[in-house]
Amino acid sequence: MEPTKSLRKLLILLILVTGMTGLQPGFSSAADQRAIEMMDFDEFSPWLSRETDSVYVINFWATWCAPCVREIPAFEQLHATYADSGVKVLLVSLDTPAQVENRVIPFIERMDIQSQVLLLDDPISNRWIPLVSEEWSGAIPATVIYSRDFRGFYEREFKFEELEAIVKPLIRDL
Amino acid sequence: MKKLFSVLSLLFLALTVSAQGYSVGDVATDFRLLNVDGSYVSMADYEDARGIVLIFSCNHCPYVVAYEDRMIELHNEYAPKGFPVIAINPNDTIAEPRDSYTKMIERAREKNFPFDYVIDADQEIYPQYGATRTPHVFLLERVDDEFVVAYIGAIDDNYRDAAQVEERYLANAIDALLAGERPDPEFTRAIGCTIKVRN
Repeated sequence: MEPTKSLRKLLILLILVTGMTGLQPGFSSAADQRAIEMMDFDEFSPWLSRETDSVYVINFWATWCAPCVREIPAFEQLHATYADSGVKVLLVSLDTPAQVENRVIPFIERMDIQSQVLLLDDPISNRWIPLVSEEWSGAIPATVIYSRDFRGFYEREFKFEELEAIVKPLIRDL
Repeated sequence: MKKLFSVLSLLFLALTVSAQGYSVGDVATDFRLLNVDGSYVSMADYEDARGIVLIFSCNHCPYVVAYEDRMIELHNEYAPKGFPVIAINPNDTIAEPRDSYTKMIERAREKNFPFDYVIDADQEIYPQYGATRTPHVFLLERVDDEFVVAYIGAIDDNYRDAAQVEERYLANAIDALLAGERPDPEFTRAIGCTIKVRN
């Protein structure tokens, strides 16, 4: 997809969200944060190889995916516990753009998600799945965890303790 | 750094791919599984088939639902040419009640599936194939009395919109076999739902 197209979608979304806040002034600050950035894989790919002093935990999920929804609290807890220690949690939704308004944003609000969420809108997944990881068959949930000296890929569901066990040693080495 | 990542991921690939399931060229196991019409189905029952389009599938997964009509079309197009579809539900029905046998029967009726839709009730078949998601296609070619894996992966390159499809991986792979050629690509990937097991 051309960048202009996704930019336009983002703008439409922003307008929609801003429009909603007009009706509900009490929620304006919360709703402002709830605009989700949408991008195709080329726009997203820098997230997979940022060379900074952080541990990146990138989780691919969707609102319709029961095991994904089940493990979201574990990622949220990871964010809450370790964001100050240099852990960056990114929740990459694979919902369709049409589902953003009626599913993704309500889900984020209901769960009060604090981690950063973005929407990867790129239907030709055969092209980009192996660029995320050669190990990835395409099933979700799937998670990439990396830091400067480590890279792990996990096609599985996580509990908080399991995430913590991977992330903790990486924080020590930052 | 990037190079290191590539080397590492290639290493992971070498370690993982060899460990699980079939690759193209492997002989696929037959099965005897309960169909939505109450009968038991084996691939060997398809005596005239030149191959089987085995699709690990289910009821609840939105990616499957997006492909149901295309699965029907594929069967209608290719069963007469010797490549019928068999859909096989690998999910544990307690972990995912929407994929119960009863619900399979309902879905098959609703959509008027022209193909067999069987349940891997003991979850013994999908691990042998190395299926990891629904939908997950294994195109099998009959060689003598065996079924040999010829293509693994996705149905096409756009789950969301059949009209936007640029490459019909599965149809092209069957066409290649019908023409006596090897499918190219013989392996593709797609986003899908995990196969549900009981915790």
